[in-house]
Amino acid sequence: MQLDELPLNQVAHIADIDWTRLGDTEAHRLRCLGFEAGAEVEPLHRGWFLFKDPLAVRVGRMTVAIRAAHAAAVQVTTA
Amino acid sequence: MTSLPLVALAGNPNAGKSALFNALTGARQKTGNYPGVTVERHAGRFSLEDGRPVEVVDLPGTYSLQPASPDEAVTRDVIMGKQTGERRPDALIVVVDAGNLDNHLRFAIELIALGLPTVVALNMIDLAERDGLTLDAQRLSDALGVPVIPTVAVRRRGLDDLRAALSSAVTQKKPVAADVPQIDAAELRARAHAAATSAIVGETQERQITRTIDAVVLHPLIGPILLFATLFAMFQLVYAAAGPPVDLIEGWIGLLSDFVRSSMPDTLLRSALIDGVIAGVGAVVVFLPQILVLFAFILVLEMSGYMVRAAFIMDRLMASVGLSGRAFIPLLSSFACAVPGIMATRTIEDPRDRLTTILIAPLMTCSARLPVYAVIIGAFIPERSVGPGLGLQGLVLFGLYIAGIVGAMLAALVIRKTVAQGTSLGFMMEMPRYQMPNLKDVALGLWQRAAAFLQRAGTIIALTTIVLWALLSFPQVPAGSAKSQIDQSIAGRIASGLEPIVAPIGFNRDMALALIPAMAAREVAVSALATTYAIDSADDAQGEKTLREKLRAGWTIPMALAFLAWFVFAPQCISTIAVVRRETNGWKWPVIMVTYLFALAYVAAGVTYWLSTFLGL
Repeated sequence: MQLDELPLNQVAHIADIDWTRLGDTEAHRLRCLGFEAGAEVEPLHRGWFLFKDPLAVRVGRMTVAIRAAHAAAVQVTTA
Repeated sequence: MTSLPLVALAGNPNAGKSALFNALTGARQKTGNYPGVTVERHAGRFSLEDGRPVEVVDLPGTYSLQPASPDEAVTRDVIMGKQTGERRPDALIVVVDAGNLDNHLRFAIELIALGLPTVVALNMIDLAERDGLTLDAQRLSDALGVPVIPTVAVRRRGLDDLRAALSSAVTQKKPVAADVPQIDAAELRARAHAAATSAIVGETQERQITRTIDAVVLHPLIGPILLFATLFAMFQLVYAAAGPPVDLIEGWIGLLSDFVRSSMPDTLLRSALIDGVIAGVGAVVVFLPQILVLFAFILVLEMSGYMVRAAFIMDRLMASVGLSGRAFIPLLSSFACAVPGIMATRTIEDPRDRLTTILIAPLMTCSARLPVYAVIIGAFIPERSVGPGLGLQGLVLFGLYIAGIVGAMLAALVIRKTVAQGTSLGFMMEMPRYQMPNLKDVALGLWQRAAAFLQRAGTIIALTTIVLWALLSFPQVPAGSAKSQIDQSIAGRIASGLEPIVAPIGFNRDMALALIPAMAAREVAVSALATTYAIDSADDAQGEKTLREKLRAGWTIPMALAFLAWFVFAPQCISTIAVVRRETNGWKWPVIMVTYLFALAYVAAGVTYWLSTFLGL
């Protein structure tokens, strides 16, 4: 499942990140913020009530705001 | 140059570095710029435990020694001793967030590998404990091989221990790496994780306070309402609370002018002092109360952690015109004054986003436009009610604000498609935990921002006013001539030259003349009009009333509306232009900005004039 499709408050782990869908700076920044295979993620909030964007995701101990387009590059498993 | 030992503060963004810097140095700090880049250099001094003074620099927050932005490049270059204008630090304080060790220890491990004497500040330990973590600093120190000191910078805790650890660190002479150590990303992660795990001795699954607050603040419905309520309160305060102090300051300026007037003979020098120097400095100082209220609000929102949430809520709207939520804060500041707004764009990482935000910031209705709007609306828009609690005058004023915002959004769309095209970084930022701001930090930040504003806007506005005084005073009318000084002056002649250019948009020569001194500060247009219509009233209220009557007699409604439309868009402010030059390192962007804004103002005023003439207003 893609991270942007994961329901709110559902804990999952990152299985894989498709770095080719991201620009160099985006990829670098995403890594810095703790997005990597194996990290625990949990979507916490979405933007205004009709919009999906942006997304507040807990990554490990950190909460990070990203756009759905970037979250779509992140594959997660809810094992 | 001082030969004090240099200590550099480094760490991830949101580790509390600046708070620690404030805590260590107090008010003994200096803000400057690194040469050639728009990255601020914050330096200060403090004493070690043994009394030795050291100099400390607060480096921009960074995630790793592989830079992704100009800020991060400065951090790396300073640490490696390759930054012009900075000597290589003798020791490092690495600030890490105790509640986020896995992430923050990566950069710490990279830095420790350099071999510089290093002390780790295990910061915000109180928030980590609040979230149910129990940490052992000694174990972390064993894992990292450097001293680890628990600190709470905003509460000034752990500082003595930090100074003591630093005292022994700066005396060490260790071999230092000349190049950035290459540590494999996976290995770095593994080592950071191992060190973090060893430091965590207890962990309870408590529901974090931050999550509870976010459930309300980021609620898809309540969140935006709360944000707009906050903004509404902020603007109320900015405009209301600034009233009495502004009157007071204006009173002082009046007293000072009167004093100079009564104690000097009527010469050109006296006129230069009163209408040039005092008026110029006064025009700047009058803005200070509003700017201070606005800055205080913004600082508290930033330090508490709410500002990032505001950016989160606004991101979707900003994205629709190609900007990110980060542009929200600078644009918000621009409603008071574009100068601090443009200075605040430094927090936007993406260069194209930043440029776009700078170019549209002058379209936010700043407080200097208000006096102009007030006089024109008061003179030409009838005081009529158009609904319960809804006056026509207020509605027009609101419309002018909206016109600016809509203009800015359209401009952003066009700018993103032309001069600043390309995909942007989008919106990716850490959302820090909430915390109570420290009053001392707020006061310090307020002082620094106010000083920067006075310095940047102040010198320019004061200078411009003096130049304009000269333009209006020379050449002098010969004694006994029937010609007015304004017609005789250089400014008057410029206005005559402008007249044919602005005639198609309905402006007469008096309006063209008012535009010239308004370049110093927009509100000067009002006093310029008063001068043009030869109103000399000591009483402000009486003067304004007379001005309204004169305007009504001299202007038609389409002319007045065109004048308002002009002020919505025109880059009538030399300070803003100067700040844009400074922030973009050259004349290219200010020239582009001024050109497009004047074009926009011209078209808007023209359309307004002809449309309202056609409608028979």
